[in-house]
Amino acid sequence: MTSTVDGQLPGVALPKSELLEMYRLMVLIRRFEEVAAEQYALGKIAGFLHLYIGEEAVAVGAIRAMDPEDHLVTHYRDHGYALALGLDPRRCMAELFGKATGLVGGRGGSMHFADASKHFWGGYAIVAGLLPIAAGLGLASKYLNQRRVAVAIFGDGATNNGAFHEALNFAALWKLPVLFLCENNQYGMGTAVQYASAVREMYRKACAYDIPAEQVDGQDVIAVYEATKRALDHCRSGNGPYFLEALTYRYRGHSMADPETYRSKEEVEEWRRHRDPITRLREQLLTHNVATIEELAALDRAVEEAVAEAVRFADESPEPDPATLTQFVYADPITVR
Amino acid sequence: MAREITYRDALREALREEMYRDERVFLMGEDIGAYGGSYAVTRGFLQEFGPERVRDTPIAELGIVGLGIGAAIGGLRPVVELMTINFSLLAMDQIVNHLAKIYYMFNGQFTAPVVVRTVEGFGQLAATHSQFFENYFAYVPGLRVVAPAVPKDAKGFLKAAIRGNDPVIFIEHSLIYRNRGEVPDGEDFVLPLEGAEVRREGQDVTIVSWLRGYYLALGAAEELARAGIECEVIDLRVLRPLDIETIVRSVQKTNRLVIVEEGWKSFGVGAEIAAAVQERALDYLDAPILRVASVEVPMPYARNLERLVVPNKDRVIEAVREVLYQRLPAPVAR
Ligand SMILES: Cc1ncc(C[n+]2csc(CCOP(=O)(O)OP(=O)(O)O)c2C)c(N)n1
Ligand SMILES: [Mg+2]
Repeated sequence: MTSTVDGQLPGVALPKSELLEMYRLMVLIRRFEEVAAEQYALGKIAGFLHLYIGEEAVAVGAIRAMDPEDHLVTHYRDHGYALALGLDPRRCMAELFGKATGLVGGRGGSMHFADASKHFWGGYAIVAGLLPIAAGLGLASKYLNQRRVAVAIFGDGATNNGAFHEALNFAALWKLPVLFLCENNQYGMGTAVQYASAVREMYRKACAYDIPAEQVDGQDVIAVYEATKRALDHCRSGNGPYFLEALTYRYRGHSMADPETYRSKEEVEEWRRHRDPITRLREQLLTHNVATIEELAALDRAVEEAVAEAVRFADESPEPDPATLTQFVYADPITVR
Repeated sequence: MAREITYRDALREALREEMYRDERVFLMGEDIGAYGGSYAVTRGFLQEFGPERVRDTPIAELGIVGLGIGAAIGGLRPVVELMTINFSLLAMDQIVNHLAKIYYMFNGQFTAPVVVRTVEGFGQLAATHSQFFENYFAYVPGLRVVAPAVPKDAKGFLKAAIRGNDPVIFIEHSLIYRNRGEVPDGEDFVLPLEGAEVRREGQDVTIVSWLRGYYLALGAAEELARAGIECEVIDLRVLRPLDIETIVRSVQKTNRLVIVEEGWKSFGVGAEIAAAVQERALDYLDAPILRVASVEVPMPYARNLERLVVPNKDRVIEAVREVLYQRLPAPVAR
C-alpha cells in the first residue's frame, strides 16, 4: 500500500491530529472501562455497570463527526459517548463512584451521564425510551429553524420495542433531522439478535418508514466517522431522518452480573483478536507511517495517567450532601405543606 | 412434611411442577432462557423444557403481556415475566385496558388466565430501576395482586395463580430471593390467593407490611421486644383483594397501627390500608396510623442518598415508638 499525503491514511481526508485524537479517545474509553471494572470489584462502584469495551469506534467515530451544536441522547451504555465528547474523565469516574463531583452529582451513576453544556441530554435506562425523545429534539430543531441534528444511540435490542417504531415513523412523517444510530453488538443482554429480531440487519427496519439506511463496520472508526458525516449532512440538509447501523461487539458481559452462558469464549476471542477497533487503527497508523510507536506509546501513557488521576479524584471527592436529597424534584416552587 | 428452601427455589419448584402437570403452561419473557433469568429463577429451564415452552422474547413488554392474553384466551396457561416492575409500565396498557377487563367486559363469557411475574427492589440502580409499583396494579379491579414474602407463599401462590382462572400480578422482591423458609411437600400444595397473616403476635402495636418490608417489620419487632414492646406483625401477602378484616382485628387488640411500605407514601398501598382501617375501627385507634415509606424523590444512585430514601428498621422502630407516644428526644445536631 502506498501512503498518499504525509501524515494521512490513503483515501482518508482526516489530518494526523484528528487520527491521533481518535486513537487517544478509543484508548481512553477502553482504559476507563477496564479500570471501572476493577473499581466495581473493589466495591467503589455499585448497581448496574455496562461496559463499552469492544465498541469504542462507534462512539468515537460518531461523536467526532458531529457538530458541537448537535443534540445527543444515548442509552445506558453511555460512558464511551461522554468521554468521546471530551467530558472530564475525573467527573465521569466520580459519577460511577456516586460522588458530588460526578457529572450529575452522583444521582445517576453509570446509566445516566449527561452534560447540558454539550447538548448531551442524557443516558436513559429504559430500553428504547430515548428514541421518541430524540425525535422530539429533532422537532425542536426544525421548529426553531436550527441546523442541529438529534443523534440517538441505542442497541439492537431496542429496535424490537414499540417506542422505536413510533419514533421512526414520527421522524419520517415530519421529516425531522434525526440520526438513528443503532449499535448492533449482536446481543440484547443474553439474547442473540436472531432470537429477538425477525430481521438480522437492523438497518433494514428503516425501510418500513422510507428512511434511508445503511450498515457500517462498527470496528472501523474511520468508516463510522465517514458514514456519520454523510448521514448528518443528509439530516442537516432538510431531508429528514437517517438510519445507521454500526455492527459491533461487546467483549465484556452485558453488565457486571452477567453469567455469559449464552455465548462461547471462542466467539469473544475471535472479535478481540481479529476485529478490535483499537488494534485496527493502531496498525493503520503504523503501517502508513502516520505515527510512530513512540508517539502512540506516549498517548497510551497519558491516558493511563488520566484514568489513574480520575480514580484518585473520584476517591477523594465528597459524597453528595444529604441536604440536597430533595432538591430538583420540581423546578418551580411548591408552597403547600 | 416440609423442607427449608429459598424463596428462589420455591418459585422454581412451583414453575417446574406446574409445567410438568399441565402441558398448556409455558413461560415467556426477556432473558429467561439462554441467559437463565435476570434473577436466575428460570436457570436451566430452557434445557429442561425446550424453546417452545421457555420462550426468550424481544424487549417488548407490551407485546409480551399482549401475546400472553391472546394465548390464554386461545387455551394456554402463560406465565409471562416482566424483567422488573419498572418495565411493567410499558405493558400497562395491555394489563389495565385489556387483561383486567376481559372477563367483565364480555359478560363473563371467557377468561384470560395470565400470570404476570415481576420483581421490584433497589440497590444503587438509580431513578428508573428502583421503583415500587404494586399500588398501580392493586388499584385495578379484575386483577389479583399477590406479593409473597416467604418461600411457602411464593410456591403456594404461584401454583394457585397458574391453576386459577383470573389474571394474577405476581410481585417478587430482588432482595429476598435468598431468604429461606419451610415449604410443605407435595405437588398439590397450593394456597388460596387471598388473606393476610399474623406472623408474630403482640398486644402493643400492629405493624403491617409485605415483601421486604415484612422483614423490616419483624426485625423491628424483635428489637422492640427487648425493650418490652410487643408488636403484632402482619404479612399482607395479597394486595388485591385486600384482607382488611385481619388488620382490623389486630388493631382492635393493639389500638395502634404502623404500615411499612417501600414505595412513596402519597397515594400508596398504605394510604388505602389506613383509610380502610379508620372506616371500620376509628374508635379503637389510640394514635394516628403512621406510614413508614420512601422519601418522595426519584431514587438517587449515590449510596448515602439512597440509604436516606428507603425505609429501614430504625425508621420502623421510631414509628412504633411514636404511636406509643414514646418518641425519643430529637438527636442533638452534630
Ligand atoms: C423496557 C426495558 N426492558 C428491559 C430492560 C432490561 N434491559 C436492560 S439492557 C437490555 C438489553 C438491551 O440490549 P440492546 O438494546 O441491544 O443494547 P446493549 O445492551 O446490547 O448495548 C435489557 C433487556 C430495560 N432496561 N428496559
Ligand atoms: Mg445489543
